[in-house]
Amino acid sequence: MENLNAKELHDVVIRFSGDSGDGMQLTGTLFSNTSALIGNGISTFPDYPAEIRAPQGTVAGVSGFQVHIGSTKVVNPGDYCDVLVAMNPAALKANRKWLKPDATVIIDGDTLTEDNVKKAGYATLDPIAELGLEGYNVVIPDITTMTKAALAGTGLDNKSIVKCKNMFALGICFYIYNRPEDYAKRYLDAKFAKKNPAVAEANKLAIDAGYNYAANTHQFANTYKIAPAELEKGVYRSVNGNVATAWGFCAAAEKAGLPLFCGSYPITPATVILEELAKRKDLGVKTVQAEDEIAGICTSIGAAYAGNFAVTTTSGPGLSLKSEAMGLAVMAELPLVIVDVQRGGPSTGLPTKTEQSDLMQALYGRNGECPAVVIAASSPSDCFHYAFMAGKIAMEHMTPVILLTDGFIANGSEPWRIPSMADYPAICPPIVAEAPAEGEFMPYARNENLARGWAFPGKKGLEHRIGGLEKDRLKGSISYDPANHQEMTATRAAKVAKVAEELPAPTIEGAADADLLVIGWGGTRGNLHAAVKRLQAEGKSVAHLHFNYINPLPHGVAELLGGHKRIVVCELNEGQFAAYLRQNFREFEFEQFNKCEGLPFTVVELEEKFNSLL
Amino acid sequence: MAEYKYTPADFKSDQIVKWCPGCGDHAILNAVQRAMPEVADALDVPHNRFTFVSGIGCSSRFIYYMKTFGFHTIHGRANAVATGIKVANPDLSVWVCTGDGDSLAIGGNHFIHAIRRNIDLNVILFNNEIYGLTKGQYSPTTKLGRITKTSPYGTVEKPFNPGELVIGAKGTFFARTIDMEVMLTKDCLVAAAKHKGMAVVEALVNCVIFNDKTHAAFAGDKATRAERTITLRHGEKMLFGEDNRKGLVFENMRLKVVTVGEEGYTIDDVLTHDAHTPDTTLHSMLAAMKYPDYPVAVGVIRDVEDDHIYDEKVAEQVEKVQATAKIRCVDDLLRSGETWEIR
Repeated sequence: MENLNAKELHDVVIRFSGDSGDGMQLTGTLFSNTSALIGNGISTFPDYPAEIRAPQGTVAGVSGFQVHIGSTKVVNPGDYCDVLVAMNPAALKANRKWLKPDATVIIDGDTLTEDNVKKAGYATLDPIAELGLEGYNVVIPDITTMTKAALAGTGLDNKSIVKCKNMFALGICFYIYNRPEDYAKRYLDAKFAKKNPAVAEANKLAIDAGYNYAANTHQFANTYKIAPAELEKGVYRSVNGNVATAWGFCAAAEKAGLPLFCGSYPITPATVILEELAKRKDLGVKTVQAEDEIAGICTSIGAAYAGNFAVTTTSGPGLSLKSEAMGLAVMAELPLVIVDVQRGGPSTGLPTKTEQSDLMQALYGRNGECPAVVIAASSPSDCFHYAFMAGKIAMEHMTPVILLTDGFIANGSEPWRIPSMADYPAICPPIVAEAPAEGEFMPYARNENLARGWAFPGKKGLEHRIGGLEKDRLKGSISYDPANHQEMTATRAAKVAKVAEELPAPTIEGAADADLLVIGWGGTRGNLHAAVKRLQAEGKSVAHLHFNYINPLPHGVAELLGGHKRIVVCELNEGQFAAYLRQNFREFEFEQFNKCEGLPFTVVELEEKFNSLL
Repeated sequence: MAEYKYTPADFKSDQIVKWCPGCGDHAILNAVQRAMPEVADALDVPHNRFTFVSGIGCSSRFIYYMKTFGFHTIHGRANAVATGIKVANPDLSVWVCTGDGDSLAIGGNHFIHAIRRNIDLNVILFNNEIYGLTKGQYSPTTKLGRITKTSPYGTVEKPFNPGELVIGAKGTFFARTIDMEVMLTKDCLVAAAKHKGMAVVEALVNCVIFNDKTHAAFAGDKATRAERTITLRHGEKMLFGEDNRKGLVFENMRLKVVTVGEEGYTIDDVLTHDAHTPDTTLHSMLAAMKYPDYPVAVGVIRDVEDDHIYDEKVAEQVEKVQATAKIRCVDDLLRSGETWEIR
């Protein structure tokens, strides 16, 4: 059903929104997977409330899923949308602010009842006028009525039929953007065919009905095509940041030849990592859902001591609870990865919203001189890489590593060219294989990385005692000797600093002498990259430097900071990384661009800011 | 039964024991070092598989005095760290040394959840009813009204009875011993080791500096102990006192102390200890007995077979899934589910 008059687009952003129970996450996922399968670049972001089923029809209960598809690689889920699908007036109200000036709005006309409009908190009974949508391309199909009519012969009850209306909306979008229906239909078959084939058929019919409605009405004057992106050859899959993180740990365990252990406690938005690892018993992963955050990290410390590659997962408030135990891991010099999927803070803050909230906590939030490696992932798929590297560094350097991701990349998904494990490096922890032939075993003797030997309980002749009290520099027994404490303090710091020697050199995207250097770290990379690219395309003298390795910083940063008229550090917090850079590079002046709204940067606001600095 | 022929000396580290002279912990260390050779042989555990884990407090220094693998962790978290060790390597014989502050206050949550999971740990709970290492503040087991540094007018908090807590959390093993009774302690430890699942041995220890004689009313000397404690042994009559003349009977839904041969009570009326029954009723009552109304129960009060052992179940589940798994390596995992190729 290829529409020959379709206009060619470079990229498009579609936002599906409705009640929490309306199936918007599924609708968006089917649309994005369909697009991925035909070769488009994609990036997605679910935007859902903390409440599981907030009152129906209220703004608090609106759940959204945004997908950005393009004919080139797509680096972010887009900020403003070209199309908003709103399944009720509350969804329309909640998402009004995200419309591009010429956007298309599709809203289910059946839901524009007085009751619903009032429930959504409108002041008047005319949402379209109230929201100032006259200039927009607003289409108001009676989606519920048409879904009911199309599915009348299925024999399903009314409730089951109405549940299919999200697929009707999907059908409309398939028509407008010339997407094939076969992937979605195969998915529905696989999901429902065994349990309830009638439901599978009904959903498929609803897609057809939506598609045909859109094709037959004249309300959609234009349809569009987005050509496949020229992506690197290979096998691809879609992956979100949390799953990629879990898989990166599996990969590190495999490369180290050690079992993977995860002790953790559920917390939004990190829980999916624990859920995914709990599934991975096929790869021998052991998970303990602990009684609290502290037990989460403590069971992992125990497992690390016993010779597993141990990780623990959390978000900001949980990281606070784990602080003391992280100090123990630093003192005991055990390998451990702590993932913090950052969310809006302080306290409970904004559990489902993103923020680069915890950099200072990760760097300094422990008692004593307590250095740990800090790494930040910067996209859903590179969570795999940085989780792997976190594991490699932890095990080879015998140190805790804090891996920072955030709600934005953890829940967002993008296509990922599947790597081969053969291309990943070996991981060689300093495991002590046997007792020394002569003399006593020295648990705190170090190798060239300053890493001590990892001697698991159960190995003959290696019996030794460790703990949180200061250690003798070699024997590991308790030492209150002043000179020993000074030396051990310095050694622990030097061990972490030494990690820098094997980090990749940082690179600038753009000219080394660009007037404006834009600096970011972690999950803001896609949006910063998109904004800088646009300005570069306009001929502006802007460059981008992005950090994944935070502590230690890689060598060679100072060289890249020189030669610019201005440097601006962009962060979703009030300037934590900027402060860190000032501490490390006193000779440079760092300006700031910060945001604490629980939302990612928009490309539009970044462009505006950068233009104002040029 | 293996024959390692270890001696207590094989379990003594080179560290100088730094507890106060007269501290009850010395006697427990002595008993542990005597028990370990017996445990090694009985359960076929070589020396290198013994792992001692502790939290914070006087008793948590224990691990430095054992020539085994040892991990001195942080306040309250010994049971959580030990859980990770045991799940990661179920072949280890994992022992937790902890105190009334460590496991019943700051680490109370980990303590009850380790019991709930029935993980195969052996916990020695040193109960001196005081915070010793911080120099004399009251603990969750300090007697009501006791004057301490932080209760200069007497405590206004009711204490926990650790035995009731363990049994209330559906613990499968609880024993109680007294520091002076080294052989009883050793027997309790060996029984704890033989028990599959979480085993808690409460050791009533005296803190000579900050809470001297807190247990003395019933545990002071041998004669007092004979009259004021009852040593429970599975399958034996609950008798105590001089010449075992006193006994426990069950009357009007309560335990009662009687003298055999008086008031019409005969030996047949005296209860026989069944440590193996899953029913918690009598075990709770025995654990709750307080002097002077009752003798204090020592020995193995509860030892119930329960084959649902957490660390074993975790390992079994992994094995079971792996037996039929399609995903056998990370490459398989990455290529599982929906993929597409760009040529």
